[in-house]
Amino acid sequence: MTYASQVAMTLPEIVLALGALALMLVAAWGGPSSTRAVSWTAVAVLGGACLALIGPATSGNTAFDGMYRADAFAGFSKVLIYVAAAVAILLAPRFFERTAGDDLRPEYPVLILLSAIGMGIMVSTGDLLTLYIGLELQSLAAYVLASFMRQDQRSAEAGLKYFVLGALASGILLYGISLVYGFTGSTLFEEIAGAYAAAPLSGDGKSIGLMFGLVFVFAGIAFKISAVPFHMWTPDVYEGAPTPVTAFFASAPKVAAMGLAARIAIEAMGPAEGQWRQIVIFAALASIIFGAVAAIGQSNIKRLLAYSSINNVGFALIGLAAGTPEGVAAVLTYMAIYVVMTLGSFLVVLQMRGTDGQPIETIASLSGLSRTRPGLAAALAIFMFSLAGIPPLFGFWAKFAVFDAAVRAGLFPLAVVGIAASTIGAYYYLRVVKTMYFDEPAAAFGEGDKLEGGLIAVAAIVVSPLGYLAIPLLSAWTMAAAQALF
Amino acid sequence: MIQAIAFYIFAIVVLVSGAMTIASRNPVHSVLWLILAFFNAAGLMVLVGAEFIAMLLVIVYVGAVAVLFLFVVMMLEIDFAQLRAGFVRYFGIGLVLAVALVAEILIAVGAWSAGGVDLARRGAPVDPTIPNIQAIGNLLYTRYLFVFEGAGLVLLVAMIGAIVLTHRQRQGVRPQNIAAQIARRPQDATRNMRPEIGQGVQL
Repeated sequence: MTYASQVAMTLPEIVLALGALALMLVAAWGGPSSTRAVSWTAVAVLGGACLALIGPATSGNTAFDGMYRADAFAGFSKVLIYVAAAVAILLAPRFFERTAGDDLRPEYPVLILLSAIGMGIMVSTGDLLTLYIGLELQSLAAYVLASFMRQDQRSAEAGLKYFVLGALASGILLYGISLVYGFTGSTLFEEIAGAYAAAPLSGDGKSIGLMFGLVFVFAGIAFKISAVPFHMWTPDVYEGAPTPVTAFFASAPKVAAMGLAARIAIEAMGPAEGQWRQIVIFAALASIIFGAVAAIGQSNIKRLLAYSSINNVGFALIGLAAGTPEGVAAVLTYMAIYVVMTLGSFLVVLQMRGTDGQPIETIASLSGLSRTRPGLAAALAIFMFSLAGIPPLFGFWAKFAVFDAAVRAGLFPLAVVGIAASTIGAYYYLRVVKTMYFDEPAAAFGEGDKLEGGLIAVAAIVVSPLGYLAIPLLSAWTMAAAQALF
Repeated sequence: MIQAIAFYIFAIVVLVSGAMTIASRNPVHSVLWLILAFFNAAGLMVLVGAEFIAMLLVIVYVGAVAVLFLFVVMMLEIDFAQLRAGFVRYFGIGLVLAVALVAEILIAVGAWSAGGVDLARRGAPVDPTIPNIQAIGNLLYTRYLFVFEGAGLVLLVAMIGAIVLTHRQRQGVRPQNIAAQIARRPQDATRNMRPEIGQGVQL
């Protein structure tokens, strides 16, 4: 394989990196007045990266001796990541122009672009080194974004908490990686899989080192997808970070970390399926139940959505626990629908501003929204019903896909407990709908924005029953992507 | 013969300057002795054929780390006499640490003489006929090119992040505006006055 053809496979990352570097120069010389131009160009660069996925970048080959994989799985995940990142850039200007003291600076879209490069690397990884570089690139940009509002104490707190706990998680992951490398002798996924297949993993004389490595690696990844018991940072960071950044955290990095988890579980540690399945099942059920129960007492809508993301990650992990191509396809389907629902919910949260433009985050302020802003209330109701997985909406199909995969893999108890626990989650989603439709109206919100209103409408249509029309396309695409891992 | 002489010169200077690093009274002198030790350690590395590590020692340790030490030592106002006052008090724990360190060195030498670690599964076996800078470059710019560039991006993000979080435009400062200074003409800045006697100048 020639050098040029290997580089051609990484074209999406190259497009993003060159775009980010050029925009950084524009930002350095143009100053705050260039923010608008930089934001729109960054969205165009993300679109260009999506186009760059056509061709060698999704050809199914590997580059750099297997360290980088350019397959359909990476392609599907990258489309999701880039779209979510573009929406996060589009959300920002209106949020920051209303907050006192902190303006949007052109570094915001540049950092999102750099984070998107990291996430792209995460889902294309074929080697532990590539994995770690991608993860750090994504996380480091995310720490800065979390504390982007320097005047705001909560934002600074969110950034610091995220950084300290993220560094701890990276340490745990690196410890696992070093154990895996030490006991398998390679960082390449293929050779690690070979070593796991050759070593005895249960009974007398099993390889303790390989087991410890596996556990630590999964613990590190569980932190990144904020699965219970490594979820503690999520509500605080989501509440403190600026809302557009929270919308970003809840969407693109989740897809990337989930793709990473699937790659490691299937490609690197596929032969140890019986071992990691226990971890994944525990994390899935704990996330579903804890995410649902802890959300009940919340009064802040951003914290509520944080617990909702913990809860949803649990459902996606059920698909991974199946460990079959159908299971991985279900994970991808789930993440695709989840990203739309979550971005839609955060878009509605962004509309929650007083008439003076100050953001409001309490659930109580949504009271009687159906009478003051019927369209917005209907959209949020669609997102909430969909997140709860209530049948006519598209969110039901996501949950159906993961439970179907789990049942087909013979994991009946897991599916039964998961379905039972999903009814607990429905309670707090429905409470938001009840507040909007049956409570006395609170103070009306300020005027909305055309672009954000349009994005809300698009998201609402996608998760409405009309979304079912996309199922043949979506299942064919996710299945092709999932087959690339096996 | 020449290698032996070079080895003994480098080794003696390393040992002496290492001892002087901890013995000299002035902390700035300590750092300067440390830099000398690094230079001679680099010389030793060249002698054993590890020229890449030699260059790293000079570029990274002498060029960056030791100079940073120097700045920190010169900027912090530390009363070193007071720091040394606790010598007797901490002698016991220092001795324990020293014994542990010596024991570790002995164990490491023992393990080393027992034979190398089995690296049979090594991803990229080293070709003994090429110099090690070339060997590292061959790997870094082919197999590891992607992660190498990715690591560069990580450092770039760290730099952007530090600037985004700490740099702020100060209000009320009066910076020098060189273009305005150069563009200023005598007729704009001065006026010819012809004051009447006893009237003074009206500005």
